[in-house]
Amino acid sequence: MPDSGTLSARGPAAVAGSRRVTWLGRLRNIEPVMLLWIALIGVLLFLVAFPLAKLFVVSFEDQRTGAFTLANYAFAYGRERYINALVNSLLLGLASATLAVILAVPMAWAVSRTDMPGKGLTWATVLGAFILPPYLSAIGWILLAGPNSGFVNRFWRDLTGFEAPLFNIFSFEGMTLVIALNSFPLVFIFVKAALDLVSSEMEDAANILGAGTWTAMRRISIPLVMPAILGGFILVFLEAISLFGVPAILGIPARLNVVTTQLWQFFEWPVRVEVAAAYAMPLLMITAGLIAVQKLLLARKGFVSQTGKGGERRLIRLGRWRWALFAWCAGVGLLAVAMPLFVLAQASFAKAWGRGFALDNLTLANYRLLIFEHEMAMQSVWNTVWFSATAATIAVLLALLIAYIVNRRLVPFGDALAFVAMAPFVIPGIVMAIGFYAAYAAPPLALYGTAALIILAFAARFLPIAYANSAAAIRAVHPEMEEAARILGSGRLHAVWRITTPLVRKALLGGWLIVFIVASRELSAAIFLVGPRTRTMAVLLYDMSEAGNFEVLAAFGGILLVITMAFVGIGMKLLGRDFMLRRG
Amino acid sequence: MPRLILNGLTKIYGRLTVVDAIDLTLEEGEFVSLLGPSGCGKTTTLRMIAGFIPPDAGTIEIDGKVLSAPGSVLPPERRGMSMIFQSYAIWPNMTVAENVGFGLELRKLPRAEVRSRVGAILEVVKMSHLADRYPSELSGGQQQRVALARAIVVEPAVLLLDEPLSNLDANLREEMRFEIRRLHDEFRITTVYVTHDQAEAMATSDRIAVMNAGRIEQVDAPHLLYTRPRTRFVAGFIGRTNLIEARLVQGEIVFDTVALAASRLATPPQGGDGAVLLSVRPQSMMLRETRPEDANGHAVLPAEVTRRVYLGETWDYLIRPRDSAIELRVSAPPTQVHEVGQAVWLTLDPQQVVIVD
Ligand SMILES: Nc1ncnc2c1ncn2[C@@H]1O[C@H](COP(=O)(O)OP(=O)(O)OP(=O)(O)O)[C@@H](O)[C@H]1O
Ligand SMILES: [Mg+2]
Repeated sequence: MPDSGTLSARGPAAVAGSRRVTWLGRLRNIEPVMLLWIALIGVLLFLVAFPLAKLFVVSFEDQRTGAFTLANYAFAYGRERYINALVNSLLLGLASATLAVILAVPMAWAVSRTDMPGKGLTWATVLGAFILPPYLSAIGWILLAGPNSGFVNRFWRDLTGFEAPLFNIFSFEGMTLVIALNSFPLVFIFVKAALDLVSSEMEDAANILGAGTWTAMRRISIPLVMPAILGGFILVFLEAISLFGVPAILGIPARLNVVTTQLWQFFEWPVRVEVAAAYAMPLLMITAGLIAVQKLLLARKGFVSQTGKGGERRLIRLGRWRWALFAWCAGVGLLAVAMPLFVLAQASFAKAWGRGFALDNLTLANYRLLIFEHEMAMQSVWNTVWFSATAATIAVLLALLIAYIVNRRLVPFGDALAFVAMAPFVIPGIVMAIGFYAAYAAPPLALYGTAALIILAFAARFLPIAYANSAAAIRAVHPEMEEAARILGSGRLHAVWRITTPLVRKALLGGWLIVFIVASRELSAAIFLVGPRTRTMAVLLYDMSEAGNFEVLAAFGGILLVITMAFVGIGMKLLGRDFMLRRG
Repeated sequence: MPRLILNGLTKIYGRLTVVDAIDLTLEEGEFVSLLGPSGCGKTTTLRMIAGFIPPDAGTIEIDGKVLSAPGSVLPPERRGMSMIFQSYAIWPNMTVAENVGFGLELRKLPRAEVRSRVGAILEVVKMSHLADRYPSELSGGQQQRVALARAIVVEPAVLLLDEPLSNLDANLREEMRFEIRRLHDEFRITTVYVTHDQAEAMATSDRIAVMNAGRIEQVDAPHLLYTRPRTRFVAGFIGRTNLIEARLVQGEIVFDTVALAASRLATPPQGGDGAVLLSVRPQSMMLRETRPEDANGHAVLPAEVTRRVYLGETWDYLIRPRDSAIELRVSAPPTQVHEVGQAVWLTLDPQQVVIVD
């Protein structure tokens, strides 16, 4: 077509003639989404980028003059005690992650691939361990395996007559056990999801060549899900090194120092934020590095799903072995959930927990004290609920907006927004808290001791959970759904409000509940940021544990669990039984 | 006055010019299809008309007003158009009636009027009895009808459809094809219809714009596209054809052993002597066992059957004229049987020979 060249050359000229594309004209057709985008960048900078940057800067600043110095690093790594704490953290992480894998992989295989009985019970165990806050299970285990009066040790002594305790929970092994029993669900969820994708034909192919059930599992199924196992291992490792409650409750009495408890000591009077910042850097680096490794591992999960998808799946018949496997799952359930919960419940209704079960030992005094007389308890319940609810709302709304803008490619550099929103995932809660403290506790904002500081820190810390959730929800809504509304005359925001939001409402509610639940039990991010009147239940519980009144402590733990369970119950009712355990 | 004008419309993704200086004018009430192979830029063009994609050059005008120009695009919601999507995009959280009433609500019509207009349009698309159903409870064809009703009920200035039938099975597709045309005859909404199925375009459209690699090759009524293709691509894409390289020599078109008087073609060639490309439809040639008495201006040449395929509705013969290198595809009625190797006489009507670019 020889004349098309001239036509296309005429096009823009025709525009200029019929309607001048003025600056004002452009402004009139601009979408409000651009303004929103700028606002979002501001919020993300405030919530994520600035505290992190501040943490980094402060670690190089002299406390009084603000001048550049390396003295903080020299101080933080200058003493053997501090270096030992670092080594202890790494060892604790390795040991806990190994134990968690040992506990969880057989369970995942049993539930996913075999005809083991009592799968519902196994699920309940996993969920229970997931919900039970680590510091609470540490307290439960003090009642079980405290060296002198723990139930297990007293029973052991009565049985054998030995003086030495069977197991002392105030030890490295004790911490490892409690952390593993508390975090094995991470491994379970990962591995089970991967095993669900392995088709039975994979194992059949091994069977036909002469491999028995166990050989097929060992040589085929487990290697196929190795990336998932490693992924779970890394998550437990990271959880263990960034945990504050368990090492504080079990480690400090045993004079075992880890990074998080050492950070806590830097926050004791006089507060050495700049040293803490310098000391937190390895934690940050290790976490970021390992998350990257884990991403790489799981990116290769292709070799599971490609071949496995759609293939037929049959359950392996185990015969008598099914009971052995069941015993394993039940054993983990006993240790992780049933026993700690049981002794906590007993203590919460007891006058003196050491006296065990007797009618004359029963009392409601502990609950009465907390509910009606304690000056801080009910205040902290209220604090927990409204801090968590506000933080969850902020996180979910923010995440929804970002996920929407990124998914629909409305703005340049959307992926950068997503990256910042996901960044807190690689920041241990305790490091995040120090960043917030450094950035906002002091003037000009002077947020120290206010609710706002904790709410913002929670919102930032759990933004990645909300973001992953929202992004998945938004991806599931076909853009044409909105476009159909827009062409009929609805503006972008109106279309989102009328069409997209109702479609993702359920998923958002799920995200909100998960953020609420994890925020309501969060200890490590809260402990550095609370003031006297803004203590949350988790912080108060920790403070009480230092006093050692286990009956009241247990009762308070009971109240915390009841509140959590209520929200978990709501979630299950609305969103299905496994809403907290789906792999996002 | 024309309703919709595309003027040098261009879209470039990276180094790829996906839509290349398209010009197209739709009269009020006209139904025009964009027809072309996959990836030729149909959807991109349609979404530029809807305002979802800004053009890199050119303009889109409606009723004389420029809606899209580089750097200034009126958003979709202010264009007064409707669109039917390939996925239907029926909102699963609303009932059929709510889906259809959505656009009317946005136009702030009184409730009673919304209700009566929704009722009326559902009547037209035969969906009244399902007004309170949710989309997940509807079949594919029913969802399609809801999408149609939702788009038409707002009386849009322009209705846009992007392969609306591609998710339906063959029978339903045929039915909905006529349904779409029926609704157009009833409401006369200016329509742009995107498809890669030529039967669909033929059944529904007033005119068809054949697209190839981002350009419009030809815009014409369906029968003209078939009988008077203007380019090699159109001749090959619409129906089947024989493309023959020939030469124009002093008023005669010459190829092989054949010479036709150029003046006898339906559209005689304009240019001077030189190479030309001819398109001859298989249906436009005839086979005889004996030499026809009266040539009647048709070219008659002896030939031989080299291959044949029985297609049920026709015989498809491959014919080689005697002493020739070319082979021609010829359709014959199913009762007309020739054996392979048999000598036949081929007649060619110059009226049905077209010169293409
Ligand atoms: N956002 C984009 N970025 C880059 N290239 C694109 C984009 N959208 C479309 N394209 C390319 O533009 C070309 C035309 O796409 P378009 O969707 O318009 O084709 P189509 O004619 O509708 O094809 P189909 O019949 O397959 O739907 C394709 O080659 C496609 O790969
Ligand atoms: Mg398309």
